[in-house]
Amino acid sequence: MTSALKVRNLAVDLGGRRVLHDVDLTVDSGELVALIGPNGAGKTTLLRTVLGLQRPAAGRVLVEGRVAKPGRADIGYVPQRHDFAWDFPISVAGAVATGLSGKLGLLRRPAAAQWEAVVDALDRVRMTGFADRPVGQLSGGERQRVLVARALALRPAVLALDEPLTGLDMPTQELLGNLFADLSHEGRAVLMTTHDLLGAIGGADRIALLNRTIVDAGPPARLVADPDLWTATFGVSRDSALLRMLRAAA
Amino acid sequence: MSPIDFFIDLANPDLAFLPKALAVAVMSSIICGVVGCYVVLRGLAFIGDAVAHAVFPGLAVAFVVSGNLVLGGAVAGVLTAVLVAVFSQNRRLKEDSIIGILFVAAFALGIVVISQAPGYAGSLQQFLFGSITGIPDSDLYVVGAAAAAVLLAAFGLHQQFVAVSLDRESARALGLRVFWLDLALYVLVTLAVVISVQTIGNVLVLALLITPAATARLLTDRLAVMMLLAPIVGALSALVGLYISWSWDLPTGGTIVLVLTAVFLMSWLFSPRQGVLARLIARRRAVPVSVSTRPTAATPVTRTMPTATSPSDLVLEDAHL
Repeated sequence: MTSALKVRNLAVDLGGRRVLHDVDLTVDSGELVALIGPNGAGKTTLLRTVLGLQRPAAGRVLVEGRVAKPGRADIGYVPQRHDFAWDFPISVAGAVATGLSGKLGLLRRPAAAQWEAVVDALDRVRMTGFADRPVGQLSGGERQRVLVARALALRPAVLALDEPLTGLDMPTQELLGNLFADLSHEGRAVLMTTHDLLGAIGGADRIALLNRTIVDAGPPARLVADPDLWTATFGVSRDSALLRMLRAAA
Repeated sequence: MSPIDFFIDLANPDLAFLPKALAVAVMSSIICGVVGCYVVLRGLAFIGDAVAHAVFPGLAVAFVVSGNLVLGGAVAGVLTAVLVAVFSQNRRLKEDSIIGILFVAAFALGIVVISQAPGYAGSLQQFLFGSITGIPDSDLYVVGAAAAAVLLAAFGLHQQFVAVSLDRESARALGLRVFWLDLALYVLVTLAVVISVQTIGNVLVLALLITPAATARLLTDRLAVMMLLAPIVGALSALVGLYISWSWDLPTGGTIVLVLTAVFLMSWLFSPRQGVLARLIARRRAVPVSVSTRPTAATPVTRTMPTATSPSDLVLEDAHL
């Protein structure tokens, strides 16, 4: 496996305050890494830096060997669901096609090959039958699938997912969880922030524990066996009921 | 005056200002209708209002030095739009505060400038409320060229405008230059306003930008249809407004705006999906199934869906209860 995403000695400042420091993280092609940490740990900031939207104060981020920069077609980004204007009068297919707008020049509309990518992306998230439906009429789970399809339309080598499973019902979590696993098995590098600890333990190849810096990263079974790591990351007690549940799940 | 008399007057060479006013009003409505769709969907009505006021000093300077009003207004509007876009990068102050400061300052500057011109009161009234008699022939060509440029730019940048409207962060991640796209939209709004301000006036021009697009939004969930409907609503309202204004000797700008508002209110009441009437009818039809009226398998019934968000979603035909 090759490293699709490399974060080295990364530090990020926001509003004059250092929110990330000494972050080292690698995501290989064909690997699904769950980024876990408490609120305010810097998960979204790390994703934004990987996307090139946030300038590092120190260190660097390499995507497919190149410095992270907005517009690199190698990264598909799924933002949190509330960041999208769901009341906009646009169809599901139209919304997914906007994932390609960075590749379009002026006075250009998506070409046949690009529409094919849109159709494929809708198929992957099982939304083909919804293609003509206005996005405002979708349920929460359907909306999340649209955002994933929009990222997939780019056919990216790396996927950056910001809490893609939050607030979804069980069938949609299962559908998307399986899809993310399939995408990584196909050779994509998937980096996903989540608060769903059980889902991460069950579905991710590796977990990265983040609290301003990477506390540890490794296979779920190894991490849940060491309560000190979770105490350091979340501040929970060593005999927390949640930790016992995680160990049982692993 | 009958509509036929109005069309006869339009063809009368002694009333040459009338067809010119109609042409400018219709072109203004088409441009404002298209650009207004982006403004309404992004919730930028306040920016439209700001730009409408911001063009005023440019118009005033052009008037005082006998220059081209369209050009003067465009320069002032674009300058203010650039200033808003630049100042808005400072996160400490929100965009609406910046706009509030700049557009009032621009408007104040316009009043000071125009007060230096002879016939100050009449000129001010003409700028604020519009006039159908003061459009020179040269402006027809300038307005036509500007209208073509605005439409071309809007359609050229359409895909990018939509991506930014949906989700700014993802648009940035896709490599779109969000700042420059915002600026381009502000410039298009400025040009649409400058083109329209002569017939409809500085104070009322916002209606041409917002009302047709808002009306169209009530009638459709499709962006393409909305962008087709808004200019049609605007252009027809301009035609009817000019006719009524000419027939009853009423102020043109005000009459056009009142016609637009009437069309909006009718859409609000009678829109097939979003209208007040359609919602009431849907609510009355969606009667809960009671024990005494429980149907047999062969009888289709209507049942309520408590989580529905639109009238059409409220009714679910089900033959298998």
